[in-house]
Amino acid sequence: MNEATNDNLISGATGDWEVVLGLEVHAQVLSEAKLFSGAATEYGAEPNTQVSLVDAAMPGMLPVINWKCVEQAVRTGLGLKAQINNYSVFDRKNYFYPDLPQGYQISQFLQPVVGEGEIIIDLDDGSTKIVGIERLHLEQDAGKSVHDQHPDLSFVDLNRSGVALMEIVSRPDMRSSAEAQAYVKKLRAILRYLGTCDGNMEQGSMRADVNVSVRKQGDPLGTRCEIKNVNSIRFIGQAIEHEARRQIAIIEDGGSIAQETRLFDPKNGETRSMRSKEEAHDYRYFPDPDLLPLTFSQDFVDEIAASLPELPDTKKARFISDYGLSAYDAGILVAEAESAAYFEEAATGRDAKTVANMVIGSLFAGLNKAGLNIINSPVTPENLGVLVDLLSDDTISSRIAKDVFEMMFEDGPDQGKSPSVIVEEKSLKQVTDTGAIEAAVDEVLSANPEKVAQAKEKPKMAGWFVGQVMQSTGGKANPQSVNKLVLQKLGIEE
Amino acid sequence: MSVDDKTVHRIARLARIAVPKEEISSLGTELNAILGFIEQLSEVNTDDILPMTAVVETEIKRREDAVTDGGYVEDITANAPASDDDYFAVPKVVE
Repeated sequence: MNEATNDNLISGATGDWEVVLGLEVHAQVLSEAKLFSGAATEYGAEPNTQVSLVDAAMPGMLPVINWKCVEQAVRTGLGLKAQINNYSVFDRKNYFYPDLPQGYQISQFLQPVVGEGEIIIDLDDGSTKIVGIERLHLEQDAGKSVHDQHPDLSFVDLNRSGVALMEIVSRPDMRSSAEAQAYVKKLRAILRYLGTCDGNMEQGSMRADVNVSVRKQGDPLGTRCEIKNVNSIRFIGQAIEHEARRQIAIIEDGGSIAQETRLFDPKNGETRSMRSKEEAHDYRYFPDPDLLPLTFSQDFVDEIAASLPELPDTKKARFISDYGLSAYDAGILVAEAESAAYFEEAATGRDAKTVANMVIGSLFAGLNKAGLNIINSPVTPENLGVLVDLLSDDTISSRIAKDVFEMMFEDGPDQGKSPSVIVEEKSLKQVTDTGAIEAAVDEVLSANPEKVAQAKEKPKMAGWFVGQVMQSTGGKANPQSVNKLVLQKLGIEE
Repeated sequence: MSVDDKTVHRIARLARIAVPKEEISSLGTELNAILGFIEQLSEVNTDDILPMTAVVETEIKRREDAVTDGGYVEDITANAPASDDDYFAVPKVVE
């Protein structure tokens, strides 16, 4: 399984290379308070204002686990169809760094709270692929260092110190940067559906360590390099593309890859070595004597399982079967829970395909351009639905529908005018009355006698007349009727 | 298992403890004595025995997800060798 298809290979001087990728994603747990203290987790506070004596590692302080964070980890594990371990252990991962006041990170090493699971990733060509999850464990985040405030000093803010993270480790199942990006997108969607992480990559709520190695197809795994802390889906793609080519060039020049930690620099799109961290790799893990094993009952797990929402894959399948959407459209709509909910509210009881087209086309384009999120959409799902009704029952033409949509978008939800009111007020109803259309056609034909002559020679010219009639009727004429009448009057066979 | 001078130096370095050269070998002797004791414990067969994590049977203590702490920057940075603008200030570390 998981053999690369040929189009995923990178060609080098000595032939084609296969890229092998595994990801470790750090996802910040959505909780009010930190993993082992009662300090707040909210983003963007003044430095060191959300720090308890536990987070600052003052002597004698003991960690007490925030049970919500355990629930969130279990919830995520269930969402990844993973093994849930009713008995797991917190360990100390020892290393020295200024943003880690304890001198160790409380993490889980040999016995994580969540074991093996899987994620189905959706690729651009509409196909899917299963990526294995090796484990998920809970751990503390470190503080943040600021390097640009002073020439000789770094400033440390411990607000993030002790915030709960889920480290989600994949199997090395991905074979291209596109697959790795699809993996992160899907994981992010699942976490957001579950409400266990906000997935906000700009604020660092989700960051990925990417393990990259290359090999000739069929060879054993090559030596990998780990690119640390890549914080956007675009950068993940760039980092992989650069790192794979760097490794191929070294091997093809007769060199070998040194297993090391590297950093991605978005400025030049390159990765570079983090030499100073080499010694830090001796983490000397041991069970944290301050914490008893993390144990919970099967009932606790079952209760969480019973409260899981419908997840993206199930929703996508349902959109395809219940609404007749294509896999591609369904995939786009379920990527965000809010878009899916918007679509369903608008689509219920009407032509769902047209609703989907309008949401994915006009609405997404409008929101994108205006820099808005769908939850702040100026067009309510109800109004979008009514607009589709007007289109479906031929009250308005598709051209007018576009105009009405734009009017609603500009008015915003406060105006909230129903599209039927807009159509009424601006008298935009489609003219289906053949007599009226005929009159408009006659007018255009008699005004352009020389074009009529040309059109009789060149039937393709008929389109020009249709356009003129549509224009003269302000787009309200039914285009099919206009077309039919124009052809008839010009004496062109359909 | 025996600890040589090089290992003692490495352990001290990882723990950020400055050990004068002349103390290295005596520390090595002490560590070896401790390791010898641990090796003696390893002679006991503990297969299929769960580690004892507490003297009395008890479960991990839980807290509710509520903000109950924080908001005292002065206390947090009070003992710091250097602080600036409510940040801890440390020798520059740039990766």
